[in-house]
Amino acid sequence: MSYFVDKKGYYGEFGGAFIPEMLYPNVKELEDNYLKIMHESSFQKEFQELLKEYVGRPTPLYFAKRLSEKYQTKIYLKREDLCHTGAHKINNTIGQILVAKKLGKTRVIAETGAGQHGVATATVCALMGIECVVYMGEIDIARQAPNVARMKMLGAKVVPALSGSRTLKDATNEAIRDWINNPVNTHYIIGSVVGPHPYPDMVARFQSVISEEIKKQLLEKEQTENPDYVIACVGGGSNAAGAFYHYLDEEKVHLIAVEAAGLGIHSGESAATSILGKEGVIHGSKTLLMQSEDGQITEPYSISAGLDYPGIGPLHAHLYRSKRAEFISITDDEAMKAGLELCELEGIIPAIESAHALAVFNMKKFEESDVVVLNLSGRGDKDLDTYVKYFKL
Amino acid sequence: MNRINQKLQENKKLLSIYFTAGFPKINDTVSIIENLEKSGVDFIEIGLPFSDPLADGPTIQASSTQALDNGMSSEVLFNQLKDIRKTVKIPLIIMGYFNPMMQYGVENFCKKCAEIGIDGLIIPDLPVDVYNDHYKSIFEKYGLINVFLITPQTSLERIQFIDQISEGFIYMVSSASVTGSQNAFGKSQDDYFKRIADLNLKSPQIIGFGISNADTFKQAIKYAKGAIIGSAFVKYLDENGTANIHKFVSGIID
Repeated sequence: MSYFVDKKGYYGEFGGAFIPEMLYPNVKELEDNYLKIMHESSFQKEFQELLKEYVGRPTPLYFAKRLSEKYQTKIYLKREDLCHTGAHKINNTIGQILVAKKLGKTRVIAETGAGQHGVATATVCALMGIECVVYMGEIDIARQAPNVARMKMLGAKVVPALSGSRTLKDATNEAIRDWINNPVNTHYIIGSVVGPHPYPDMVARFQSVISEEIKKQLLEKEQTENPDYVIACVGGGSNAAGAFYHYLDEEKVHLIAVEAAGLGIHSGESAATSILGKEGVIHGSKTLLMQSEDGQITEPYSISAGLDYPGIGPLHAHLYRSKRAEFISITDDEAMKAGLELCELEGIIPAIESAHALAVFNMKKFEESDVVVLNLSGRGDKDLDTYVKYFKL
Repeated sequence: MNRINQKLQENKKLLSIYFTAGFPKINDTVSIIENLEKSGVDFIEIGLPFSDPLADGPTIQASSTQALDNGMSSEVLFNQLKDIRKTVKIPLIIMGYFNPMMQYGVENFCKKCAEIGIDGLIIPDLPVDVYNDHYKSIFEKYGLINVFLITPQTSLERIQFIDQISEGFIYMVSSASVTGSQNAFGKSQDDYFKRIADLNLKSPQIIGFGISNADTFKQAIKYAKGAIIGSAFVKYLDENGTANIHKFVSGIID
């Protein structure tokens, strides 16, 4: 079985490009050119140089000694939290801004939920001197004020999405509508492995630097490229796609995708898409998504703004359906506790998204000899307010 | 022959009106359709509301949200329309997004449409190639016409492909935009309308998006077989309710 995208843009039965005709020329232009551009040596040179000098790659693969002692297994943390702007998101925006330049685009749009992808997009647009418009749900703008300020300082225009539930999915709708209205000069930088083909594949490729580095670093530290487990959280699924990418065909490497169960999987306040979702079409992609019986897309909930997306990327839907990856859901409480534990044991404040992945150590027993790599996708600075309120600090 | 094709053979320019089912009130559907027919409209697009209508501007989005809040669904709509052919003769098309149809089951959805007497479907986010590979035979089995869109950016090669597989008309999107974005047409639209007319395609073209009044309607039908009004009518219903639908229509075609 292949876990990579096929010629028509599908992962097994998931993926494709379910887009209105108005978007066909934009998406087709990207589909026809993305691989060609990514393989150009001038592109690779600039991309690699920026990842090294600007983003700060390679990020460390850190052996978490005290965490390992506590859970009686060997735990390595892939420190994406140390990337410039505080999360893995910038790996993708660096790649896409270079693609946009090669395509001759002069304007960039993006959607954002918590604001991390918006900040990462505004950052690379500032770096390249390209006009940037970020769509963000009106409700998210109110609850993520520091990231809104960051985007503005970086020169981006932040436009509130006023329709529907006024959160991430609606911001994505607005960005797509903008692209329909501006089909010629604009590139849409999608922030996760979602959306119509070729986005899931393109974003996964840009994020695949994570597992590329893990392989090299692990060889040095453990004399093998392959860990026993790779753990990553999944909202849309971009950090997980990057951490899994070079292990997809290594069937001996167990992949664990961690979703947000919110207040509990069946509480009605959850974002556990693989369990609660049904096959459907969202934002141009056929995947698993949370919806009503009538096919209306429902609003997910998680304490973590980066995980409350009603769908998952088609790659992950395929990993779930084919059982290549194990999916585990973690509640708000379990994640918050695991986040605080990492602070206390390792001196690292994780993003609440990443804290969901950390909570797996309380759910699942690993062997003492197991090598477990956990992708620490982001840092917790942006979540301080939530931590403060939750723990009454 | 399908009612859409019969209508397209009439020697006149056609006016189609779109409305969102379940808006302004859940049970307005049948009376809106009957009143539109009485007012001289040639065919009707019944909008099945969706939570995330990507191709629509604020007016139709808001009407969709309201309709869903009112309780509209595929099932409710089919129930409302079950006797519609006892009173209404003109072609009826359902316009909606793909996900609700998928959940209903594409075959079930088509079967239900055929039973009721729906003549065609417009599904903006069902791509032509996916339709061709997976769903064409189902549509044909139930005698439904699937209507495809073209835009000013659509390449000549693709226009010809779409023309070839179209069985009714081609829905010509007037400009690069979502619904309800324009008040007037400029030279670029005029050039585009003419460019397409000059291709002498086998499928008649009906222009939609940005038709809001008698002026834009006239400009559109100069080159095309007809035109579709959506957002402007939804806005009219929002402001005036369903009592004086004939006034809206006579403002366009008289």
